[in-house]
Amino acid sequence: MTRINLSELTVKGAREMLHKGDISARELVSIYQEEIKSKNKTLNAYLEVFDDAFQKAEEADERIKSGQEPRVLEGVPVAIKDNILIKGKICSAGSRMLENYASSYDAHVVQKLKEAGAIFLGRANMDEFAMGSSTENSAYGATKNPYDESRVPGGSSGGSAVAVASNMALASLGSDTGGSIRQPAGFCGVVGLKPTYGAVSRSGLIAMASSLDQIGPITKTVDDAELIFNVIKGKDAKDSTSVDPAHLAVAPPSGGRAAKLKIGVPKEFFTEGVDKDVLEVVNRAIETFKGLGHEVKEVSLPHSPYALAVYYIIVPAEVSANLARFEGIRYGLHKHAKNLLSEYVETRAAGFGKEVRRRIILGTHVLSSGYYDAYYGRASKVRVLIKKDFEKAFGEVDLMVAPVSPKPAFKIGEKVDDPLSMYLEDIFLVPINLAGVPALSLPYGQVQREGKNLPVGIQLIAPWFGENILFEAGRILEAHR
Amino acid sequence: MISSDDVKKMAKLARVELDAKEERDLARDLESVVGYIDKLKEVNISGIEDASHVFHVNDFREDLPPKEIFDFAPLLDLAPEKERGFIKVKKILDK
Repeated sequence: MTRINLSELTVKGAREMLHKGDISARELVSIYQEEIKSKNKTLNAYLEVFDDAFQKAEEADERIKSGQEPRVLEGVPVAIKDNILIKGKICSAGSRMLENYASSYDAHVVQKLKEAGAIFLGRANMDEFAMGSSTENSAYGATKNPYDESRVPGGSSGGSAVAVASNMALASLGSDTGGSIRQPAGFCGVVGLKPTYGAVSRSGLIAMASSLDQIGPITKTVDDAELIFNVIKGKDAKDSTSVDPAHLAVAPPSGGRAAKLKIGVPKEFFTEGVDKDVLEVVNRAIETFKGLGHEVKEVSLPHSPYALAVYYIIVPAEVSANLARFEGIRYGLHKHAKNLLSEYVETRAAGFGKEVRRRIILGTHVLSSGYYDAYYGRASKVRVLIKKDFEKAFGEVDLMVAPVSPKPAFKIGEKVDDPLSMYLEDIFLVPINLAGVPALSLPYGQVQREGKNLPVGIQLIAPWFGENILFEAGRILEAHR
Repeated sequence: MISSDDVKKMAKLARVELDAKEERDLARDLESVVGYIDKLKEVNISGIEDASHVFHVNDFREDLPPKEIFDFAPLLDLAPEKERGFIKVKKILDK
């Protein structure tokens, strides 16, 4: 078997090897399956490893051997977050509620990946229904950070980030409602993209907060993130909020290798208790841009300090509505009781974990009569102001640079009993979802905690449908680490 | 101030059963979260129109005939209880 250095292997590199016949898809899949076998017991990144991956790899090898033009992701082994449907496979969303739920159709993104020839290794662990920033809220046990197993990998797409970071997959899909791709990518030293709201179809993604949810790739390099984004993006009839950027009233902004970029530093993101050494990493990225002749200037997003408060009204409100569908009648867990109402109540009590119950109750509170205007109504209006801040800032700059998280990965158990401190983890991430703009998290340095080196991510933020700017700027930072 | 009784009432509305300890814990958690989100009162929102639909260019669509006909058999298979091609539910009212 060909010797390969898995840590160096990228989707792009694997594609070339597969296309040239340097390695077969079967060899590649079995290498990853061996890695999973030796590491997953400790890290708990996968909830299930699919037994048909090898057979799919054989099919890919047949295609390549028969001289057919290999597809974009032919034979590339990937992990899929457990809230994205793959027909015939269990999709539990990290919850007891859906422990035995077998998907009856493919998510749009899964269909796209299948058409591109990707091979699914398994489903990745996550916070229950994507509610959390540490993957500790999974009903199937926490995922561990490969840099320090006593620490969290971030969340909610913790399993997807760890699978890539520890060479248990070449790439993965996650979902990001308030940082759930970018924060675990930052904590695990990999690249994560939260696309523009509407860039990728949400059809077949188990909904958390529908006005914010977006599927995106987690990879080792910016090139790989771009490759996968280009496969999964686009208008889909089954998600009416998905958009074909070519048909937008305002043309999407263009990047450009030769162009000098105007880079904004949002001052509100540099005041809120960021660790000194984390800040140094972010400042080093800013200096890199400056040193290469790009223009750097301070910008202001004056309402972003209110973003987290807006988020924790809008998200629970949407959660309480979206999760009303889990009643034990049509699918999922079912508890027998004396009448219909008791069946609803007992099914939901047994199926939902603590954080899910907490958000459903909070959502019910903020939407209840007498409170609606004060909470949801007001939050929606402040959300408009947050979006306007971004519009104004992007009138002055091409992209913005910010931290991903104020601190590196925290200890398992450190924040589970204090929901507010867990929510504050996402302070630099939720304004992006509320405004709907795309952002990329990429590793740019490490800091030391208790003798362990922990990765630190940089967040690049672009205007609506400006993913190409993120990829260009991301490649600049990758080349000057 | 959010009390255990408020939580009990909301849990009933949300069709979730909680035990007494969780009602107390949740009252405390919600108190801290609601205290935090109350900072939105500082923001001047005068002149911002109702905003629940400003974010998407295409939330609304025309009612067109469905393009795809779904096979309901695999959906019915998922139901915990069924009879003669229907999903079976308990009676709604007790006698």
